[in-house]
Amino acid sequence: MSILIVPAILSGMMMGAVYALVALGLTLIYGVLHIINFTHGSLLMLALYVVYFLNLHLGLDPYLAIPIVLPLFFTLGYCLQRGLIAPMSGGSEQNVLLITLAVSLMIDNLALYFWTSNTRSADIAYAYDTVEILGALLPLGRVIAFAAALAVSPVIWAFMAFTRTGAAIRAVAIEKRGAELVGIDVNHTYAICFGIGTACVALAACLLFPTFYVTPQVGYTFVLVAFTTVVLGGMGSLPGALIAGLLLGIIESLCGLFLGESLGQIGIFLAFILILLFKPSGLFGKRAGS
Amino acid sequence: MKFQSWGQCALAFFAIAYLAGVYFASSPIWMGFSINALIVTLAALSWNITGGLGGLSSFGHAALYGTGAYASAILQVKYGVNAWFGLGGGIAAGAAMGAFIGGLAFRYGLKGSYFALVTLAFAEVLRICASSFEWTGGGSGLQLKLMPGLAQLQIIERPWIYTGLLAVVGLVMFLTGLIKHSRFGAYLIAIRENEDAAEALGINTYKIKVQAMAISGAFGGLAGVLYLQLWLFIDSTVVYGSAVSVEALIGPIIGGAGTVWGPLLGTLGLHLLGEGTKSLLPNSPGLNFVFYAIVLICALRFLPQGFVGFAARFGAFNKKERDDA
Repeated sequence: MSILIVPAILSGMMMGAVYALVALGLTLIYGVLHIINFTHGSLLMLALYVVYFLNLHLGLDPYLAIPIVLPLFFTLGYCLQRGLIAPMSGGSEQNVLLITLAVSLMIDNLALYFWTSNTRSADIAYAYDTVEILGALLPLGRVIAFAAALAVSPVIWAFMAFTRTGAAIRAVAIEKRGAELVGIDVNHTYAICFGIGTACVALAACLLFPTFYVTPQVGYTFVLVAFTTVVLGGMGSLPGALIAGLLLGIIESLCGLFLGESLGQIGIFLAFILILLFKPSGLFGKRAGS
Repeated sequence: MKFQSWGQCALAFFAIAYLAGVYFASSPIWMGFSINALIVTLAALSWNITGGLGGLSSFGHAALYGTGAYASAILQVKYGVNAWFGLGGGIAAGAAMGAFIGGLAFRYGLKGSYFALVTLAFAEVLRICASSFEWTGGGSGLQLKLMPGLAQLQIIERPWIYTGLLAVVGLVMFLTGLIKHSRFGAYLIAIRENEDAAEALGINTYKIKVQAMAISGAFGGLAGVLYLQLWLFIDSTVVYGSAVSVEALIGPIIGGAGTVWGPLLGTLGLHLLGEGTKSLLPNSPGLNFVFYAIVLICALRFLPQGFVGFAARFGAFNKKERDDA
């Protein structure tokens, strides 16, 4: 059994890096806008379809699709927040939650209507070339995703720390009224932040697609895992999301190994319930949940 | 419920006229459709106790609905228990699951979004468990033996199913009215409006919230059992799936959360809309949910109190009381 554990942990970490990337966007949005964004999973699903169709019709490699998909989804996220979520919610936390839920229902079911529930994947031959790490054979696509996810986190961190927009985002997150008084356009900043979060999801989709598949329901699974990652890492904490994503990937992989493949995700959701109950502030969170 | 305006009376009248009209409809489709809508109404009434009266918005009411359905199905299929005991077992299991989830979540002070997320996670854990274990029929679900007759609660004639469901929905609405106007209901509404103030006034908020979850669980379990008795088959997606949770919360919010008539009005309205889409655009899976979502967004923006609150504006009996609908 122990001979299986190291590969299981490694392959869990590969998947965990993608969870972390999805969760980075979600935790960024939570940390600044203080909203729980149910559309996140649906946007991932949508991005996966865009990557799929670009590959199918234009023969574009998923990795080369990044420069197209990223700006597209940044704009989509910006417009979604500025044009729909903010004006329709009237600022109430409960309404935002319900509106993002409604938008995700809309996206998921439109996808079901237009693209049917068939599972689709692309035939990208090199993605399953194996790489040997510590005696474990890992698919190349997953290793690239892992490396890219690890590389993106410092970029986002640097953006937040060193740019004017990053400073504005941090200011709005800490004190909305105060930021407004010094001349920051709060609605614009919120929408930028939502756009960046959505771009993270689009990037995750590009990295995920070569070794994954897409169905209209795929977002729902990911959104729950992403919530778990965000809560475990501490709501709004970027390094927390990264570590928690890797941890959950390992938990899922080990549960799958010991309990059987179909129960792999149980470990994630049980972890979710336990964290929410015992430590809603997560590993790196500052505030307790309320 | 006490009506506060002619508008609300008219709304209730329309609902009753529709429900009565179903008996005389030329096509049997109407009755089949209304039977489904009434079962969802029960789930909506269940959500309404915690989400509407108590302001404890659950995103995982399927956990209660599914537990009721599975408890009854397991009792009947695996232990050969009579369906009426199965009904009791399902209601009790739903209530127990409600109290369990509530007990854990409120013990650790989860509120708002966190409560919504933890209920969602519970529903998902139960769904995966139900689809993985032999005991719950695994992926293929559980099927009841066909034993028509009232003795096994398997009614075949559509009009009788419909009449029975109308009676059950009426009873649950009556109970909701009793709860709302009882001392317990007042405590629950106080918690919704301001939990800290309620606590400061000496209300044991933890106990009240857990009791509300148990009542909600009993109603939800009842809805699940009736679904089982109607279709004689359940599987994990059908009763624990996210669609159940979503339908349970959309109806009351659109109809008027925390009101007696809101869940019925909202669910009927939505299902009529869904059925309309189906007849206009056949073979369009999921499109009804797209319209539900649009209605939900519009209701949140333009009708914060739902249909019932909107109707209260027309021909109010007493202008002063109008606002506390």
